[in-house]
Formats: sequence, C-alpha cells, structure tokens
Amino acid sequence: MSSTVEPPREQFRLSMLLNDTRYRSYTFQVIALFLLILFMAFLGWNLVRNLADLGQDISFAFLGEPAGYDINQRPIPYNNQDSHLRAAFVGVLNTLIVAFLGCVTATILGTIAGVLRLSNNWLVAKLMAAYVEAFRNVPVLIWILIIFFIMTAALPAPSAFRGADPDQTMLFGAMAATNRGVYVPEPVLGPGGWLFVAVFLASVAGVFAYRRFATKLLYDTGRDLPRGWPSLAILVVPSLVVWLLFSLTAGSAQNALLVPEGAGGQTLEDYVMAEGGATLCLVDGASSSTVAKTALLRLQAAARSGPVDDRVNLNIRTNRVESRAAAVAAFEEGQCNLLAVPQEAAANIAAGATLETQLREGRPIEWDKPYLSGFNFSDGVQVRGSLIALWFALAIYTGAFIAENVRAGIQAIPRGQTEAAASLGLRPGRIMNLVILPQALRIIIPPVISQYLNLTKNSSLAIAVGYMDVTGTLGGITLNQTGRAIESILMLMLFYLIISLSISAVMNVFNNAVRLKER
Amino acid sequence: MKKSVLASAVAATAIAAAGMASAQTLQQVQDRGVLNCGVNTGLVGFAAPNAEGEWEGFDVAVCRAVAAAVLGDPSSVEFVSTTGKTRFTALASGEVDMVSRNTTWTFTRDNDLKFEFVGINYYDGQGFMVPRALGVSSATELDGATVCIQTGTTTELNLADFFRANNMNYDPVPIETNAEAQQQYLAGACDVYTTDMSGLAATRATFEAPGDHVLLPEVISKEPLGPLVRHGDNEWGDIVRWTLNGLIAAEEYGITSANIDELAQGTNNPEINRMLGTEGNFGEILGLESDWLVNALKAGGNYGEIFERHIGESTPIGLARGLNAQWTDGGLMYSPPFR
Ligand SMILES: N[C@@H](CCC(=O)N[C@@H](CS)C(=O)NCC(=O)O)C(=O)O
Repeated sequence: MSSTVEPPREQFRLSMLLNDTRYRSYTFQVIALFLLILFMAFLGWNLVRNLADLGQDISFAFLGEPAGYDINQRPIPYNNQDSHLRAAFVGVLNTLIVAFLGCVTATILGTIAGVLRLSNNWLVAKLMAAYVEAFRNVPVLIWILIIFFIMTAALPAPSAFRGADPDQTMLFGAMAATNRGVYVPEPVLGPGGWLFVAVFLASVAGVFAYRRFATKLLYDTGRDLPRGWPSLAILVVPSLVVWLLFSLTAGSAQNALLVPEGAGGQTLEDYVMAEGGATLCLVDGASSSTVAKTALLRLQAAARSGPVDDRVNLNIRTNRVESRAAAVAAFEEGQCNLLAVPQEAAANIAAGATLETQLREGRPIEWDKPYLSGFNFSDGVQVRGSLIALWFALAIYTGAFIAENVRAGIQAIPRGQTEAAASLGLRPGRIMNLVILPQALRIIIPPVISQYLNLTKNSSLAIAVGYMDVTGTLGGITLNQTGRAIESILMLMLFYLIISLSISAVMNVFNNAVRLKER
Repeated sequence: MKKSVLASAVAATAIAAAGMASAQTLQQVQDRGVLNCGVNTGLVGFAAPNAEGEWEGFDVAVCRAVAAAVLGDPSSVEFVSTTGKTRFTALASGEVDMVSRNTTWTFTRDNDLKFEFVGINYYDGQGFMVPRALGVSSATELDGATVCIQTGTTTELNLADFFRANNMNYDPVPIETNAEAQQQYLAGACDVYTTDMSGLAATRATFEAPGDHVLLPEVISKEPLGPLVRHGDNEWGDIVRWTLNGLIAAEEYGITSANIDELAQGTNNPEINRMLGTEGNFGEILGLESDWLVNALKAGGNYGEIFERHIGESTPIGLARGLNAQWTDGGLMYSPPFR
C-alpha cells in the first residue's frame, strides 16, 4: 500500500483569477495592459484623424528634399543643397561630439573632485564640497548661458586682431581666443607623417605592454623591474628617431617659390614687403604649402613689431586648392602670386619666376596656423564658442554628480580595508589604487552610466546657444521649415533612444568586466 | 532644446487629443470672451509690452482690432509671445486663434503648413545691418562674414540662397529671439544681423547709438507680412481678413478715430455707411454685431493712424510709408470694396 496520498489535482476555475492570490496579480496586470493599449490606440487614432482633418498625413518624404539652410559646424561636408536627412546626420554628429567631449571631461573632473572631497586637507575638501553643491543645485541651462555670455562679453571680437597695431595679439602667433570661438592650429602631415603617428601610437601601446609585463614578472618571480625611465624611453625614443630621420632627409628637400614674371631673384621678405603682402596658393594637406604660409605669417608678425610708426600691415591671403596641379593652374590664372613647388617642377612651369629664398618640404607634422583674413580667422581649427559653452557647462555640471558617485563609492568600502592594507605596509597611494578603487569601481560605475545618459540628453539644450546638434537641425530648423513636427519628433526620440541604449550597453560591458567575479 | 521638444510633443499630443477646432473659432472666442493672439517675444514698434506692461505695436493693433470687432472690447486679448520657431505650432495646436507676428506669406506656409494668410499689413524685404566701423557698403562685400539669424524664419533660407547665388561663404549663428540676436550683434559675436528691413529699423532704434549702425542698400527678398489663421475655418478667416481690410479701407475713405463717432451716425457715402453698419447688414453676414468695424476702428484708428503711431516717421523707428502707402498715393495698400 502506498504511503503517499495523491494530492487532489487542482482544477483551474475562472473565479480563481480573482480569488486566488497566485493569479490575481496577473489578472490586474493584463487588464491594465489592455487599457493602456486601448488608450494609446485612441491617441494614435485621434492623431491620424485630426491630421487628416488638417489635410496632413504622416510621411517621411521630406527627408529627401534639399534642406535649404546652412549649418555652422560641419563634421562632414554639407551645404544648403543637401537633403534634410544629411542635415539631420550633421546634427547627430554634432550631438555625439559634444556628448563625447562632455562625458570624458565630466569623468575626469568628477573623479578628481570626488576623491579630493575626502581629502584630509580641510581647504581642499571644502572647496570641492562647494563645487559640488554649487553646480548640482543650479540648472544646467543656466550654466550653459552663463558661460556663453561670459565668453561673448569678455573675449574680443576677431576684428580686435586686425591692423598694423592691433588691440590683441595671438598667443604664440598660433592661437586666438575670440567671442566666436577659440582658433588653434591644425596638424598637417609632412614627409613621414603617417609613420610618425603610427610609431607614436605603437609606443603608447608598448608602454602599457611593458608595464603589464613588469607586473606579471613581479607576481611570478618577485623581480621588480624599474618602470619610470623605461616607459619614458619607450614612449619618446622611437618617435624622436623617426622625427629626426624624416626632418633631415625628405623633409629638408628645398622647394622653390614661384612668383609672377619679373619679380624673381629677390628674397621672400623683399618680395612680400614690395607687394605689401602676398596671396599664397595653398595645396590642402601639403606640408610644403604650410611651411610657406608659416614663413609668410612670420614676416607679417615681424612687420607688425618694432616702433609703432614703422609698422606695416602685410596683407596675407591664401587660396586653398585641392591638388598641386590645381594650384599651378590657379597660379597661372593669376589667382595667387606665390606658390611653393619642388625645384624640378619649377623648371617646367612656364609662367613665373623663382625667388632666391627656398623653403624646406616640412617636418613630419607641420602646424597650419589660423590667421585673420577678412571678417574672421581662416584655416586652423575653430572650436566654436557655442561648443565650448555647451561642453564645459555639461562637463562641470555632470562632473559634480559624478563626484558624488565617486565619493559614495569610496566611502562604501569599509574602513577596515584601508586599515588592513596599511598594516601590510602599503602606502596611501597604493591603498587607493590596489585596494579601494577596484572595489569602489563596482559601486561607482552603474550610477555613472546614468550620468552619461543625462549628459547626452542634456546636450539637447544646445540650441540655447546656437549649437547645431540634432535637436537644432532635425528637431529645430527642419521641423520648422517643413512643418513635419510629428515625423521629426519621432525620429528625434528614436535617435536619443538608440544613443542611450548604446551608452548603457557599452557601459554594462565595462561594468561586467570589473564586477565581482563569483566563482 | 529639450523644452521645445517637449513643447512640440505636447503640441503634437494636443493635436491628437483636442477635438478639432475647425469651423468653431468664432464661437470659442465668444464663449471664452478673450481672443488669443500670437505675437512677437518683443520687437519695439511691432509688438512689445510698454512701461505699464500693456502690449502695443503695429502687429498688436491688428489683434486689438479683431478683438474689438468680435468681442466689442480691444482689451479682451490674451497675447501669447511666440518665437520664429513656436508661432506655427502655437497656431496649429489651437493655443492661439490667430498670429500677427511679422510673418511672411509664403507658398509652403500657406499650402504645406496649412495656414491661411488673411492679407498683408506690411510689405517688407530682407536686409542687412552692420556696424558702421566695419566699413562695408554693400552686401556683396560680406564674403566670409559671421551672420546672426533668427531660426525658423524665411530669413535663414533667403540668406542661404543669397550667398549661394553670389558665390560667397558665411558663418551662420542661429538665434531664437530678436533680443538675443541684438545682444550677440552688439557684442561683436557676429558681423552682420539680417532680418526684415522693418525689424532691423525697429531693432536699431533701441540701440544706444543707432547712428553707429548702417542698413545695407540690398534688399534680398520679398517679405509680405500679414496676420494668419488656421486652414479650415473660413468664417473665422473672413472675420480677420475683413477687419484688416476695414482698417485699410478706412484710411482710404478718411475714417479716423477722430471723426468715427460722427460718421457712424450715417453719411452720404454708401460705402462708408455699409462699413460702419448704418446701411446693409455686413456685421450680421460675418456673424458679428452691426457696429463691428466701428469698434475695430475705435481700438486704434485706421491703418494709417496705426502705422504713424507705432512705426511711422515721427517715431524713433522712423519707417516711411513707401510700399505701404495707400494705392491712391502710389503704394500697395488696396482693400477690396465693401459691397
Ligand atoms: N518675416 C520673417 C521673419 C520674421 C521674424 O522673425 N522677424 C523678427 C525680426 S523682424 C522678429 O519679429 N523678432 C521678434 C522676436 O524675436 O520675437 C518670417 O516670417 O519668417
């Protein structure tokens, strides 16, 4: 006889959906879901019907039409005849640029402030506390506007750099901070430029590899290799060798300077002084052109120094062209009166004569400096005032939150850990790096992910300072000029959703990598 | 801007959720007792709050005339300040009953955005303002300049066309309101400010030293500015249209705020009598009281009076009538007959 009693098979009755606690919650959830869907469907239906009443429909065809407006910051080529879709894409890239810059800067600021807030130095700790409180408690839009207005009001307009006796001079002759943005030189790769960059990057990787190897050796055999000077050597020596090699060989090949017929034979300085300036045909990305331009700018600066009465304003201009052939053609047409060409080539160009001065081909990296021409600075890289305002404001604002995350993460590690590590004889720096931070990171990362998301979403405040992010292009001008509000907003929502999910995904991978591994 | 995304989303939902407002605007305005009128955020002479906080200006006067015609009281107006970007959403979503905000009548706004321009109260064109110190005397010398523009306007599209046609480059600084544009321009963050000529004149009039700034001679577009309403409510459109026509016609026939009480007793000019309700039933046809236009004219006088008071040559803005004179004086202001 069996000792177990078969429990009566439970019959499912409809009333159990309400009476049985096991099922009741499902019942209500299903009902709620159903109501929600019904509500959404009602809104959607109403929208379509009302749009139809207004004589409008939902269509994305406008994306293919020419946008008709210009965008000031263009990471990719764009003009007003390109489509709305491309304008939206330019906006997307601008959003990503400011979000990336902002996240990196906020992380650095936040980490420093978070760690220093726990400092034993009273002043430092209080300063950091003041930073965190001040920035966390004022809306980010206010910070954006404050920085922007300070920049426009406090910095000089480009015209202040004009003339023989300007009010403002450029920093190192290469940088200018104006109320339209900061202009910095742009690197141009000369002979061996790529190799130099590659070697440098390889050296950086080499430094990491070496330190890893040293750590492993230390753990495996107990032998402690020096880290400082070998790292420095790995970083510097190969790059330096490549630099010198190319500078002294291909880089110092001499180029002739072509000028119009009859002006040949003199030095560059005499020529430029006689002409009151020069227009250089500048081949995009060619170091020889950059060298010639640098020489001209140096002459210009020299002519502006000295006693005020002797100062001369040399009128330097550049005419940018794609290739050397185009430069020669432009020169022959008289669009410029100065052109740097290799000596062999100079002989083959019928028009023009050569100057006595010759210039080198260029070092692996030459700096293409911004200079004032007309209303604005040309060449170089312009970091727009609107980008700076948005970037800094987002970074310091979000940095304050990250600082709190960092502080909380560190304080969550029991003091006993620090004391135990100290009793093993570890120095405070090592305790932080080897004991506290690896554990604290697990606590810090998840909230920092949401700070990154916040920063990215807050970047849509860009239009307040005229920064053309995706909210400014697709969600602003395109929406307005086409009247396609619903389509544009839908696309905008989709974009922010995708970007937020991507940031979360990437950060979750990182989080999993540092998470406590339970075996 | 996050806020405007939200606003647009709310507007979109409002379009979705609100019962459609077609063909009942008059009823709604009368029930509410207040006319919601979309105006500028502030452009002296056209629409700006005065020292007492009361809205006044050339565009505001149109709102007041309509309120007087419909509700009998020129002060029953709720002014909603809109930017170049928000004005169309505000109208489409029903937040305002009409817009009177330096708005250019264009093909796409009429047919694609589905609005109805009821007429033109100012014939304008786009111009450029530069500091005198810049030494520029023609817009064709502006190659490479940094230009402040208001976003969401016809201005930014015209500007792109103009520079493209002249094979020049420029650096656009997009801005939301006239006040910000003014601040940026005066700080030298842009070399040039471009918008409608009337707007430039009004903006310049508020500068500390207006003489330091010049308007360049080029006018690069046609900007017929006028009040607009939503497509689909023709009755309401007609009321706004004929109120505007009434203001213009009143100037032509010499009806002014000084003599209106006298003329409203009846005259021997049948057209004036029809306008002022002593002959015919024009008010009734529009669904309004018979003295609708008398009220509208009492609000601020006829078109000419409104022009002179707010933007005319005796004001700091100092605009000449030019194209905006009556057709009888060689201008383009021409009201269809009240018949
Ligand atoms: N007429 C153009 C431009 C209208 C416009 O934005 N005008 C400016 C200057 S005339 C304005 O009214 N600004 C006042 C404000 O910012 O509220 C259009 O309709 O797009």
